[in-house]
Amino acid sequence: MVPLSWYIILSALLFIIGTSGVLLRRNILIILMSVELILNSVNINLVAFSYFLQDLRGQIFSIFVITIAAAEVAIALGILIALVRNKAALNVDEIQTMKG
Amino acid sequence: MAEQMFFFVFAILAVGSAIAVVSLRNPVHSVISLMVCFLQMAALFVMLRAPFIAVVQVFVYVGAVLVLFLFVIMMLDISKAGMERFVSGGQLWVIALLGVLVIEMVLIVSRSRLAVITAPAAGRLTGTVREVGEALFTKYILPFEVVSLILLVALLGAIVLGRKELR
Repeated sequence: MVPLSWYIILSALLFIIGTSGVLLRRNILIILMSVELILNSVNINLVAFSYFLQDLRGQIFSIFVITIAAAEVAIALGILIALVRNKAALNVDEIQTMKG
Repeated sequence: MAEQMFFFVFAILAVGSAIAVVSLRNPVHSVISLMVCFLQMAALFVMLRAPFIAVVQVFVYVGAVLVLFLFVIMMLDISKAGMERFVSGGQLWVIALLGVLVIEMVLIVSRSRLAVITAPAAGRLTGTVREVGEALFTKYILPFEVVSLILLVALLGAIVLGRKELR
């Protein structure tokens, strides 16, 4: 049998890989994909605890997380399209119009 | 144990494709790697006896979100601005810091009480669509409705943001 700690370690690894993508990459598309990776690693945690504690709440919350992630991607990509239409920049260091 | 072998296969593929997502230069390659990673996660959800979550994962992420990413990459010009190196300058200390964080988390989790929790022998939870649907439409009906409202607002927001003329 696979113990619970393996799933948690896998989820922590994926979370940290996603964090490194957010911190190190400057391409805004890669940053959005890394955020998706972070949300999915949390889903693994929720479903693993749901199975090992025999409680349905983890699965319900992971459904909500998936839904919110889909909404977030739609909004983020809409903002990205509007941004690129005004200013052709994908590097987050070049996007500083609203900086005071 | 066959289950542990399958876990290792899925976990190694998931971690490898996740590293590919953050380290590849071409965003299209990153999206394909992310697709591989999400499929491995769906397989892990099946191993955790949550087949409904696995199907939703494949539908929503692989079917909708990543296709949306591919469409946006297709609409943008990635040839000049999209390509960049993984570590752009002297940021190696960030990688070192994250490595320390990985070691710390692995040590904490493997030495804690979580490491001795094993799977329940006779689970009463099967994770079928019936159970999830009953819980979703009785006990969690208010969050469900709020989430559907959020989806509607996100849909309208995406349409408004994507329009040609804003005024």
